[in-house]
Amino acid sequence: MAITAEQTLAFVRDFSDSMADQKDYLTGLDSDIGDGDHGINMNRGMKAVMAKLDGAAPADISAIYKTVAMTLISTVGGASGPLYGTLFLQLGNATQGKAELSANDWAAALTTAVHGVEARGKAVPQDKTMIDALEPAIAALQTAVDEGADLETALARAETAAETGMKATIPLVARKGRASYLGERSAGHQDPGATSSWLLMKAAHRAFGNTAEQESAN
Amino acid sequence: MKKLINDPEAVVREELEGIEAAHGDRVRVSYDPYYIVRKDAPVQGKTAIISGGGSGHEPMHGGFVGVGMLDGACPGEVFTSPTPDQMSACTQAVSGGKGVLHIVKNYTGDVLNFEMAADLARGDGIEVEAVVIDDDVAVKDSLYTAGRRGVGATVLAEKICGAAAESGASLSQVAELCRKVNANARSMGMALTSCTVPAAGKPTFELGEDEMEIGIGIHGEPGRERRKLAPANEIVELLTKPIVKDLPFAQGDKVLAFVNGMGGTPLIELYVVYNALNKYLHGRGITIERNLIGPYITSLEMAGCSITLLKLDDETRRLWDAPVNTPGLRWGA
Repeated sequence: MAITAEQTLAFVRDFSDSMADQKDYLTGLDSDIGDGDHGINMNRGMKAVMAKLDGAAPADISAIYKTVAMTLISTVGGASGPLYGTLFLQLGNATQGKAELSANDWAAALTTAVHGVEARGKAVPQDKTMIDALEPAIAALQTAVDEGADLETALARAETAAETGMKATIPLVARKGRASYLGERSAGHQDPGATSSWLLMKAAHRAFGNTAEQESAN
Repeated sequence: MKKLINDPEAVVREELEGIEAAHGDRVRVSYDPYYIVRKDAPVQGKTAIISGGGSGHEPMHGGFVGVGMLDGACPGEVFTSPTPDQMSACTQAVSGGKGVLHIVKNYTGDVLNFEMAADLARGDGIEVEAVVIDDDVAVKDSLYTAGRRGVGATVLAEKICGAAAESGASLSQVAELCRKVNANARSMGMALTSCTVPAAGKPTFELGEDEMEIGIGIHGEPGRERRKLAPANEIVELLTKPIVKDLPFAQGDKVLAFVNGMGGTPLIELYVVYNALNKYLHGRGITIERNLIGPYITSLEMAGCSITLLKLDDETRRLWDAPVNTPGLRWGA
């Protein structure tokens, strides 16, 4: 069971569809504790990503991620642009030269990528950011892989961990980003960045997991 | 929410086309990527200054491009930081061989995008310095927040630094001056209403008929505290007391008082506010030597105001008075 370039494209497409479907929901979350543009910005960025990828020649895994990165950086704006841009840029760097990824490769690449986001944005867990969904996801992913679990199991655990982390942002008082200006008033609201990150892990599960394998085998 | 727009997705582009049509005698507009520069850019041998930020704060920053203020400005989508490719291209377009100052408002998005842009510019061999403006006293500057926001002092810094650059100051001198302005200015804002981002279609937050929001930023985000609406005199005290306490401004200080309209508040009210501010400061032995009253750093149609006080010295007073010719601010030229 390995992750192919084709599945990588499907992953990006799934995330793009997700950003379109959930645009208003994400914008609503961002209105509560931000300036109401997270859904709008992510949707715009991912639409631009798909336009670029669909118009281009087939590429390898690393090239796909780098195209996502550069497109997001130049179209999303705000904090999400540089942060998601860094995530995908690091994924691109970590998968350089690989035709396929094993579960271990994916865990290692995503871990490097999340650490890159932390270095850029300087967030730590409990700051009420995307990191609160992504840190649990990479921990679950790596643990599953270390225990010898198969890819489907590892992806499922990562998605669940991201969901739990996302929901755990609700009571937190924000210490980063626009939400931090609200102080205590940011508590009681789910973080929009953690939400889009959970949707990212969901997309990875759908694209790289058993359902995808079954579909490509049919 | 009724707006005077066409397609909500095309607002920024159409605005830029309007700016080019109206002010093409003073500015040039780039559409790919978006930025505005003074018509004679790059001005050889002069330190250049650029800034940028989300659209929706007009006239800041694009309206401040011209002689004596900004060399260039990068507009992002509404309330969204511009992207590194914009600042990188704009920096190149204004670079006259003496380096470029980036004036950056302290919002996570602005800071991150400008950081990446500065890396790109340095990679192109252009000397770049960045100064972050963080004058808002509404947010506690602590380890537990993203830091204080950059608000009204941004306009003052752009004018004062622009004058210094125009008169031949070096990059390091202009950067030092920018830090001085930031260090001597404090601001606080309030809102009577929220505002509606065109693409979102509804207000960012709801405020009751008898409520006001104290300690707002400039992006339609909720502030620190919601209170019952009070008369202007009381509002001025609510905003000014923490400003004065924070620097602190002391008896005998000479200041520039900037009463800014958030976009939806009419001048008649801004003058009522200024009157109250003048009396409040006079009562504390603080002299207003210069003033700026009007909508200069706005938040779309938000009703409300912000107050910025800048402690003046001979240098900053002289540079404030220096000629400026931009669509948003013009005197002496």
